[in-house]
Amino acid sequence: MPDQEHKNPAAPTDARSADSTRDPQTPLMRLQMGPSHPATHGTVRMMLDLDGERVVKADIQVGYLHRGFEKECETGYYYQNIPYTDRLNYSSPMLNNVGYCMAVEKLMDLRTPPRCDFIRVIAGEISRMSDHYLCLGAMALELAAMTPFLYLLEARELMYDLLDALCGARVTTNYIRIGGVSADLPEGFERFATERLERSLRLLEDADKLLTQNPVFRERLEGTGHLAPETLIAHGVTGPLLRAGGVPYDVRRVQPYLVYDQLDFDVPVGERSDNFDRYLVRLEELRQSRRMIAQCFEKLPSGPVNCDDPRVRWPRKGKVFGRMEELIDQFKLVTQGGLVEPGEIYHAVEGANGELGFYLVSDGTGKPYKCRCRAPSFSNMSALEKMITGGMLADVVPTFDLINMIGGECDR
Amino acid sequence: MSAAEEQKAPAAAPPEPSALLQKVIARLGPLAAEHHSFRGDDRIHVARENILAAARALRDSPELGFDLLLDLTCVDYFGQPDGFQSPPETWDRKHNLVSKRAEWRHRVNLPARGDAPRFAVVYHLVSTRLLHRLRVKCRVPEDDPAIASLSGLWPGANWLERETFDLYGIRFEGHPDLRRIYLYEEFVGHPLRKDYAKHDEQPLEPYAGPGAQEPRRPH
Repeated sequence: MPDQEHKNPAAPTDARSADSTRDPQTPLMRLQMGPSHPATHGTVRMMLDLDGERVVKADIQVGYLHRGFEKECETGYYYQNIPYTDRLNYSSPMLNNVGYCMAVEKLMDLRTPPRCDFIRVIAGEISRMSDHYLCLGAMALELAAMTPFLYLLEARELMYDLLDALCGARVTTNYIRIGGVSADLPEGFERFATERLERSLRLLEDADKLLTQNPVFRERLEGTGHLAPETLIAHGVTGPLLRAGGVPYDVRRVQPYLVYDQLDFDVPVGERSDNFDRYLVRLEELRQSRRMIAQCFEKLPSGPVNCDDPRVRWPRKGKVFGRMEELIDQFKLVTQGGLVEPGEIYHAVEGANGELGFYLVSDGTGKPYKCRCRAPSFSNMSALEKMITGGMLADVVPTFDLINMIGGECDR
Repeated sequence: MSAAEEQKAPAAAPPEPSALLQKVIARLGPLAAEHHSFRGDDRIHVARENILAAARALRDSPELGFDLLLDLTCVDYFGQPDGFQSPPETWDRKHNLVSKRAEWRHRVNLPARGDAPRFAVVYHLVSTRLLHRLRVKCRVPEDDPAIASLSGLWPGANWLERETFDLYGIRFEGHPDLRRIYLYEEFVGHPLRKDYAKHDEQPLEPYAGPGAQEPRRPH
């Protein structure tokens, strides 16, 4: 039942009808949390009406990072929009690159070579790990646990080292291309990656030991932010939040793309749909990502990493400077973009926070007529109001942190 | 492809609807005015006045079970009211695609209005139980850009409709709290409409938010 009021087990049952417990003469206190608040990462403004420490009403206002992603995409060629997608979810830029490029490939009906698919999975899972590390570390910090934060941020730095080795940038990767990737794996990448991943997982185990059995930490997470799985679905929540509610909806499993159908991995699900389960699901997903990367290195085939389609591949530079056809080819691709058949598609990948979809409409030119990003953070944030209403003010912080709202993606 | 099949291809009948579309059509009946499949994406068109009934049927029927509203957005077909059509031979993969120039590349964005309404509201649905996806499109005219709100069926539509209202100016009737979500209240126009130029500037507005009445503190 989507319209039902949620029951927070930690709160008294009459939390919403607070009139029976509170003094009617005392007005509610209006507290403005954000847009820039030390206990929230991400620019969001929460206007909370408080009765004592209990949240009676919440108004979540987003949009502080709105920069017209879709309008900007409509004015650029398909290949020019890839760097914009880095800035959507800037904690896991590779996944956005993969999502956008795969959407364009679906629109163009392109098939990428198998080595490229494996490299994309490796890059995407590294990015997912860095996103989860940041989410868990920042949450620990905002619950006043400084040491796990340092451990997890160091683990994220190791992931950034890997992205750095792949594409030369730590955050704004711009690595995936339409029809392939910008470069093959660097030499010795497997050994380098294995070493970094092992080190990062050792740090994760340390943080896990510090947090998971810590009674103070569990006290703050268990039972808070609870929302029934039906309500989560009705709000369009996907990703680790939905899986923590016991719904095994993972695009990698239910609609496998790239090579996820050849990999052996588990989809962790929770039971209680509270913050502690969300934490555990993210923890387990980190280990599953590690498994997937190891399998990809085992199965990695040799071969080209870019598909040879005249609409997307750049002609060889040596020929461009010496031959007329390649020169024209290059000129047309740069100034007009590869032509894309008219039509519209929606393609979804599993982002770090949920289903990341791109809805593209083509009018037959080299620019998208419409480029819509279905951002997981946006739908997840719309459920925040229900999660925190009726709970305590202090529970807003872990609930918000485990949603892992990324401003660039939510506000686009 | 054999020669006989190539002979048959030009005069092909409209393609058979996919298995999901057959189920949807059987359930919705005349509510689904039109259907398409492109690259494996299934799409139906619904008339504007039927959207609430169609959405409820899609959500509640056990064989469809579309319980998750993934996305809600709008497409502005400004100047191309009938959508984008191209002769199929232009896009035949056997041709040299780069040397072919499409005629509509040189079109000008003038509002050559046809019969079809200007806007299309687009819904993306997925079933977390049966794991299939559907796109529902609903045309909305320019002079009365309004459509029924689905926030009663999916509470998640609340924010998505506010976003579509903000960026496209579609009014969602029955929405509990229809205000802008990204932009400020004084913003003039709707920026994702095709007739809103990217470089348009907004008039300067004095600050009217919380604390505007208080005396300014010296720096």
